[in-house]
This record gives sequence, structure tokens and C-alpha cells, in this order.
Amino acid sequence: MKLHVQGREAYAYTGGKGFDPSLPCVVFIHGALHDHSVWTLLARWFAHHGHGVLAVDLPAHGRSAGPPPADVQAAADWVLALLDAAQVPRAALVGHSMGSLIALEAAARAPERATHLAMVGTAYPMVVSDALLALSRDAPLQAIDKVTALSHATLATKPSYPGPGTWLHGGSRALMRHMLQGWPECNLFHHDFSVCNAYAHGLQAAALLQCPATLILGAQDQMTRPQAAQGLAQALRAQVHTVPGGHMPMAEAPDQVLGVLRAALA
Amino acid sequence: MAGFSDPGFDTLALHAGAAPDPSTGARAVPIHLSTSFVFESTEHAASLFNMERAGHVYSRISNPTNAVLEERIAALEGGVGAIATASGQAALHLAIATLAGAGSHVVAASALYGGSYNLLHDTLARFGIHTTFVKPRDIDAWRTAIRPETRLLFGETLGNPGLDVLDIPSVSALAHEHGLPLLVDATFTTPWLQRPFEHGADLVFHSATKFLGGHGTVIGGLLVDSGRFDWERSGRHPELTQPYAGFHGMVFSEESSVGAFLLRARREGLRDFGACMSPHTAWLLLQGIETLPLRMQRHVANTRQVVTFLAAHAFVAGVGYPELESHPDHALAARLLPRGCGAVFSFDLKGSRRQGQAFIEALRLFSHLANVGDCRSLVIHPASTTHFRMDDAALAQAGIGPGTIRLSIGLEDPDDLIDDLKRALKAAEKTA
Repeated sequence: MKLHVQGREAYAYTGGKGFDPSLPCVVFIHGALHDHSVWTLLARWFAHHGHGVLAVDLPAHGRSAGPPPADVQAAADWVLALLDAAQVPRAALVGHSMGSLIALEAAARAPERATHLAMVGTAYPMVVSDALLALSRDAPLQAIDKVTALSHATLATKPSYPGPGTWLHGGSRALMRHMLQGWPECNLFHHDFSVCNAYAHGLQAAALLQCPATLILGAQDQMTRPQAAQGLAQALRAQVHTVPGGHMPMAEAPDQVLGVLRAALA
Repeated sequence: MAGFSDPGFDTLALHAGAAPDPSTGARAVPIHLSTSFVFESTEHAASLFNMERAGHVYSRISNPTNAVLEERIAALEGGVGAIATASGQAALHLAIATLAGAGSHVVAASALYGGSYNLLHDTLARFGIHTTFVKPRDIDAWRTAIRPETRLLFGETLGNPGLDVLDIPSVSALAHEHGLPLLVDATFTTPWLQRPFEHGADLVFHSATKFLGGHGTVIGGLLVDSGRFDWERSGRHPELTQPYAGFHGMVFSEESSVGAFLLRARREGLRDFGACMSPHTAWLLLQGIETLPLRMQRHVANTRQVVTFLAAHAFVAGVGYPELESHPDHALAARLLPRGCGAVFSFDLKGSRRQGQAFIEALRLFSHLANVGDCRSLVIHPASTTHFRMDDAALAQAGIGPGTIRLSIGLEDPDDLIDDLKRALKAAEKTA
């Protein structure tokens, strides 16, 4: 659905059902150079099981107008403004990768509005190597290829996402290219990676949190390695779940992620 | 395990989409000959039907063996996914039926496989989908043919029968200028010779019956989506961007930003038209694809030797192979098909229809049949078979002469193929 957030048009996928703000709300926040479509299976499940779902396109990503948020804090403010626009007082915040940092920061900025925090494929600090930052700046298409290869643990994820017959590497590569082309005013890939790399407020944010936190980590994740989330997990006193796969657990282990989230958000 | 970059083509041909079977340890892809798949619970069943979870329900819609094949061809083409169909014709129909309905229009190259021509010219017209055919080299004709109701452009990478090389960069640029996708039949080239998405095509289909299977054993088709076409920006494809009553008002372009076409093709076309592939067929095609790089190298190498022999033969009037400088698309082929122009081509005897028949009948290694892309070499004489109802004038209009012979070069020892051709040419010459 379309919303008006901070004076600009914003889009949130509602899981195939009309959005009802009176239902317990789950907000899904995507990662770098992604959009809401990385969440569609989970979004559909929660939307058809008693929740209102807002799987957002962050500004300058997909259907939401730009420019992109300057940093994680600005993105968190945008998420909270989106809740206002949707007339949602409180919500569970679920984020992937860069989106997990945004969810954390939003939950810290308005602790009374976060019922739950779930961080998928996360690490803190979310350091992006100088080499990868430079590649995303100088040769974003090459960087997309490299990140696609790094993000997937196998060449044969079953049952694939969003359904059988999908080549996950190809789908991921096409989505990132689509996002890159969709906001030609800047190099969105380098921007998003820089946002991840620059975020330094994670432990302070964790200390402000009032809701239960869950971390869902890919056992073979090469982008955000599971051990790089240990400090954050301790600071959050989070439940940590490791699922098979790499940096894209929603695509590589959709049923396992659903199982964890169902329990965490119950 | 993926590393810092995706594996190369030969590795993907063996591994993409397949891993040792987790329940048995089987290394080869199992054949899941099962119509349907058990639900864990009623809730699980409902979530599968409502696309809240991924999984297999019924083999007309998806099947684990077929899914391996679909992922593999998508990986080899550089696409986001694929759908396996009962035949190449079914793949073409699925592509068009997903994007077009009564009142829609298609612009297609005139140099097409006869089956594709029939589907577009006669059968789809009966359902209100009309096609304008244009010479594939005439970009202005492509442009002029586009109408407000046009939904896609379509051509073959190497067109029948003269191996017209489709100028994919130019035709796709024109298509995109008008908010239209370019669909390409890549049967003759396979992704080993050309990956049409890299040149601008949006959708690719194969008659997998031919070189992908490679052994003349099964009929099958594959439809692949590049994931690059922006259906929403185009605004010409409400089937993908507006609520679909046949699936609870689903808007496919919202469900998947890069896979909307395949979602609708599977959720509507495969579900309702039902032209699915047998898992056994999928398995045989996987066996073929595993050796595709090796076979295509040999197909092309053998073809080059045969072409060289025929081009120099006194009883041969001409050979239509784009690697020859005499072919009108020679320069384009050098740019778009540097690995070779496939293994199917036609040549003309300096002789009559009867001498063409004598040539065919004198061949011993070449099999006389209506197929291409087999590991065995094949031959057909269009004037006495596929086009036998035409007189010489009509044949000429179709680009076929009374002495035109079509060959599909296989994997035999090339010297034996040339010996066979030499003997048959002599026999034809002697036939007055």
C-alpha cells in the first residue's frame, strides 16, 4: 500500500491482504540494495495469521520515493514515521542485514513502540571491507556479482524462493541490479554499504531496548558471520537461532526462519 | 559452495540446482515420479496453497526433479528462474499466453520454425492474438509493426531456414523503447553459444528436445526469465501489475520485483493449461545438459569441417552458414556468436528435386528424419518432406530451393560424415 511518510510517497507490501492497523503489526525491513520482495513468504504467512504486515521499501528502494536515508538513524526515524502514517502504535520490528540495524535503532529510539525485535543475517559492527566498499563504489555490477556469490551458501537451495524453479543467485543479482537502476541519482549500493559500515550506535541502542530480541543467523554466512553477532547478542540478551544457509536465510531457509519468528513473535 | 564469484558455465552445467539428496545421499538427481507431495498438516497445506511457504504440491505445478532442471537452465542463461514444459511449443505458448490475450498483438521475425509460425499465424489468431511478421534484419519493419496493443517481440537466435542471426541488441533496444519485452527462441544456439540476456533479450525459451537433451530421446521445453524487464514501468502488461482474480487478487509484480512473469506463468499458465514436463523427461534433459559444453564444442567443430567441405564441392551451389563470408549476417554472427553458429544449416545442390531425393537416399550415416540437435547427424530434404506441397515458386518464396538440404551435424568422426556426404553427392550427380 502507498503511504505518505516524511512528505514523500512510501510503499509497504501488506502480505496479500488489506492492512488492518488494529491487528498486531509486524514491520519487515530489507537490507542493502533490496526491497520488500525478500520478505514475501513471511509477510504472506503473518498477514494470513492474524497480523497486520508492513514490508517496507526503504526510501529510494523499489516503490518508495528517494532520497535514501543518510544513515541508520535517519532510516529508523523514517520507519517510525511510517508507523505513524499507518496509524500503528506498536509493532514488531524485523530486519535483515542493514535493515536489522535500522530495526534495532528504531526500537531504541521508541522503545515503547517496539513489541519485539528480530534481526536476521546480522552483525555488529557491520563492517564492510575497504575492498568491497571500493568495489561497490567503482564497479557496482561487479560488486553485485561478488556479494551474490558470498551471500548464498550453496548452488542448490531447496525449495527455493519464492518457489520452486527459482535460481536464487540469479534472482538476487537481478533484484540488486533493479534497485541500482531504480535510483540513478546516486550509487545506491555504495550508499547502503556505507550506511552499514558507518553505524556505531548499536551497543548504546541495545541498552535502550525494552522488548525481547531474537537473532536469526545463517550458519554459513560469509557477509555477516555468526561470530560477529556475539557481542550484540549479549548486549541484547537475545535468543540466538542459527539456521542453515548463508546471508539470505529468508530465501535459503524460509521454513526455519518462519518457525523461529512464529515463536518469537507469539 | 559458492566462493567469491559464481562458478563457470561448465561447473553450473553439472551442479546448479542440484546437491546430494539429503534423505538418501544419492549423488545423481533423483527422479521424483510422484504426482503429489504429502502435507505436514492442514495448516502447512493451506500455507503452501496460499504462497506463504515454498514447496511442492502437485507435479503439474512443480516437481523436485523439474525444479533442478529449471534452476540449472536459469543459471546457464543468467536468468532468475525457469519453467519446464511439455515441449518447446508449450514453452512458446506459455510465454505468449502469460502476456497476451484476445486483442493483443505480437511482432515476430518471419524466419521461424514452422511450428512457431503455425501457432502464431493460425492458432493464436483463432484466439484473438494476432501477429505481424517482419524480416528479422529490417529494424524499421520491426518498429513500424509495433501497435498500441502489441505485447511482445519475438524471434529466433538463428532463424529458420537461412540462419538469419537475430540482432538482439538492436531489436531489444527497440522493444524496450516501446515498453515491450523481447522473447527469443534460443534452441539452435543453447546458452553455450549465446546467452541472449547478455545482449538485451528479456525472455528465452528452448525446445530442450534438441541440443539441451542432445540424444533425440525426449520432448521438452524450457522458458527462462531474465528478471530484468520492468513490467510496472512498461505499463503495458496488466496481467502482471494488476490484481489477478484467479489467485485472490494477487499482484504478481508486488509479490516478486524480478520474478513476476514466472509467478504468473506458473500460477496461471501451468496450472490451467497444464502443459507440464514429466519428471523422467526432466531427468533425461539434465543428463544431456551435464555434457552440453563438451557436446556443443564438438557439434560446432564437426559442423565447421562439413561446411568447409561442402562449400568447396563442385556440385554444391551454396552453403548457408553465418561463419561464411557469403552469409548476409557474417559480421553480426562474428559479434554475437563468437563460439560458433550452431550445428544446423542448409545447403543447395546444383540439381533438381529428384537429385535432392537421390542425395538423401544415398546417405548411410545421416538419418533422414524431422528433427535437429541429436548427437547423431540428421538430414532432411524440405522440398520432398516438410514443404512437399509447394511448387518451386512457392519454395523460392520460403527461401527453399528444390535442391535445398538441411543438415544437423552430430558428434560422429567428422571424416566419416564427410565420406558419407561425398558418396551421396556423387550419387546425386549421377542421377539425371
